[in-house]
Amino acid sequence: MPQPTPRHEPNLALHIEDLTVAYNDKPVLWDIDINVPPGVLAAIIGPNGAGKSTLIKAVLGLLKPSAGHIYLHGEPYAKQRRRVGYVPQRSSVDWDFPTTALDVVTMGLYGQLGWLRRPGRAARTKALSALEQVGMADYAERQISQLSGGQQQRVFLARALVQDAQVYFMDEPMAGVDATTERVIIGLLKKLREQGKTVIVVHHDLQTVATYFDFLLLLNVRLIAQGKTSEVYTAENLRAAYGGQIALLQTAQIPQTPPTVAETV
Amino acid sequence: MFEFDFTLRNVMLGAALLGVSSGVLGSFALLRQQSLLGDALAHAALPGVCLGFLLTGSREPLPIFVGALLSGALAAGFTMLLTSRSRLKTDAALGASLSIFFAFGLVLLTFIQSRSGSGQAGLEAFLFGQAAAIVPSDVRLMAVVAVAALLTVALLWKEFKLLTFDPQFAASLGFPRLPLELLLTSILAFAIVIGLQLVGVVLMAAIIIAPAAAARQWSDSLGQMVGLAALFGALAGVSGALLSASGRGLATGPLIIIAASLIALASLLFAPERGLIASAYRARGARRELEQQRVLLDMYGLAQQHSDPSYPSESGMLRALYGGSPEAQLRRLEAAGLAEHTTHVPGEGTHYRLTEAGWARAEAALNSLGHHA
Ligand SMILES: Nc1ncnc2c1ncn2[C@@H]1O[C@H](COP(=O)(O)OP(=O)(O)O)[C@@H](O)[C@H]1O
Ligand SMILES: [Mg+2]
Repeated sequence: MPQPTPRHEPNLALHIEDLTVAYNDKPVLWDIDINVPPGVLAAIIGPNGAGKSTLIKAVLGLLKPSAGHIYLHGEPYAKQRRRVGYVPQRSSVDWDFPTTALDVVTMGLYGQLGWLRRPGRAARTKALSALEQVGMADYAERQISQLSGGQQQRVFLARALVQDAQVYFMDEPMAGVDATTERVIIGLLKKLREQGKTVIVVHHDLQTVATYFDFLLLLNVRLIAQGKTSEVYTAENLRAAYGGQIALLQTAQIPQTPPTVAETV
Repeated sequence: MFEFDFTLRNVMLGAALLGVSSGVLGSFALLRQQSLLGDALAHAALPGVCLGFLLTGSREPLPIFVGALLSGALAAGFTMLLTSRSRLKTDAALGASLSIFFAFGLVLLTFIQSRSGSGQAGLEAFLFGQAAAIVPSDVRLMAVVAVAALLTVALLWKEFKLLTFDPQFAASLGFPRLPLELLLTSILAFAIVIGLQLVGVVLMAAIIIAPAAAARQWSDSLGQMVGLAALFGALAGVSGALLSASGRGLATGPLIIIAASLIALASLLFAPERGLIASAYRARGARRELEQQRVLLDMYGLAQQHSDPSYPSESGMLRALYGGSPEAQLRRLEAAGLAEHTTHVPGEGTHYRLTEAGWARAEAALNSLGHHA
């Protein structure tokens, strides 16, 4: 009988201890501890180059940390693969690749299919229904190069939906998209949360972060703050994360002290 | 005329095998933006060919194939090491290992040729190919290598597709990125090994990339593209072999390359969606539409200024606004039912006014530009 391995913090969707990641000996994430409870819609925010994408890649085992441990619902990623969904940054792929929207969405099922097996009719049905959920059913057979940026982003989201995961990681899904796409995406994220799933999203827009998300991770190489939006969305924390760049933002709208009313959605 | 003889049959078979496998694997190389990889692997095969000869003392295909594969693999490993350990970009690293390995191969080649009695080694055939020297056992080995390469692609089709489109997502699903990339690179080296005797290492890159680039022009799905690339590759191979048999002193290898390049050139020019001619045509259409819209909006503006929807604009006035000659645009607008010319006033140019449809079109255009009429 295999020894039951002790699970580490099984009650947290994401638990990270002492994580350090470096590219060519230059640390881009430094000694990070993160605890995200299940069932939240969490945003990772921080300036450009803060290490937000790197954090997600480290969680998904796409790069090897210099130090630290990462657990998803108490297990390392390698054991939780089937329960994790991923939306990479849209610009990370070449959209001139010869394929259709439906085919890209079907790729979300490749993990469940495993080696050698080809997607069949059932996969097609699942992929179509995911496209429908993102309002892209009419574009199933469309070349991905002919889609607008927002439509491409929705295709990526649909691909994550068919993964039918428990925890989702999304890298800037709302960057550079049209208003329709942003509405579709935020609606879907909330629906995922209602289903009890945990969604962790790199978000670029400080104006909307407090209305969209109920949990925040403020990052700038180090973790600046984490917790409920109502507790950590303060001018002080934002200044600490963004430094001088905060001057560019409309600081007036950001509460100096934690808001008294829960303005989370 | 050529005779359909035994040698020609061998050469044609070999060339078809080369064309099919390089078309298939070249498609993946092209889509992974690694066009240079085939070139590097081919040039890097030369020292392996020479070492295979030096160690066994014969021109038997097997040791030479193995030598070529091993030195190709070594070059690929060297390239990966360069990119991960230094700040060199992949193409620079590929270029570096290409030159280093090829230079080493040339050194070995001169060394072999300078040794007594090995003037007949004929290894320089591997530089530009020497199809006439191909014997049935060569073709059999080529067939085995080609089938191995194609079977691997068929089996791992979905994995290779995902790896090519989105390697990070593939890795997040648990598909091992590095081993899969190595495998894809190795079977590209298989295709190169098939071409050693036919086209040689120097021109190999063209038969890897040209059929794939041509196929990409005509198709919008990976399956179609790969199939078409295989077809184009085989076509180039077979027609090169036939052409060289039909004339005296025409080398097969370069002819295969020329055939492949012509297919690629024709595809770049004439493909319906992606071809240069089609896109130039589309660009012209778009420009015309834009100019036409400009004249339409000028007329609309004039009519608005005069608070008269049917205000007749004089073509000379439009010329001043438009900066060019609006007559052709006006005729097109009229043909499209968006404008009509009014009775001629003596001593003045023709007057045009917007039709109701033209008025509506102008307002729609303004709205879509974010203005409000
Ligand atoms: N592959 C890489 N090699 C070297 N440095 C990198 C690499 N990827 C990212 N970086 C660097 O790491 C830092 C963090 O990058 P990233 O995680 O992409 O930031 P963010 O997503 O927050 O904008 C940046 O300074 C970036 O330049
Ligand atoms: Mg990023």
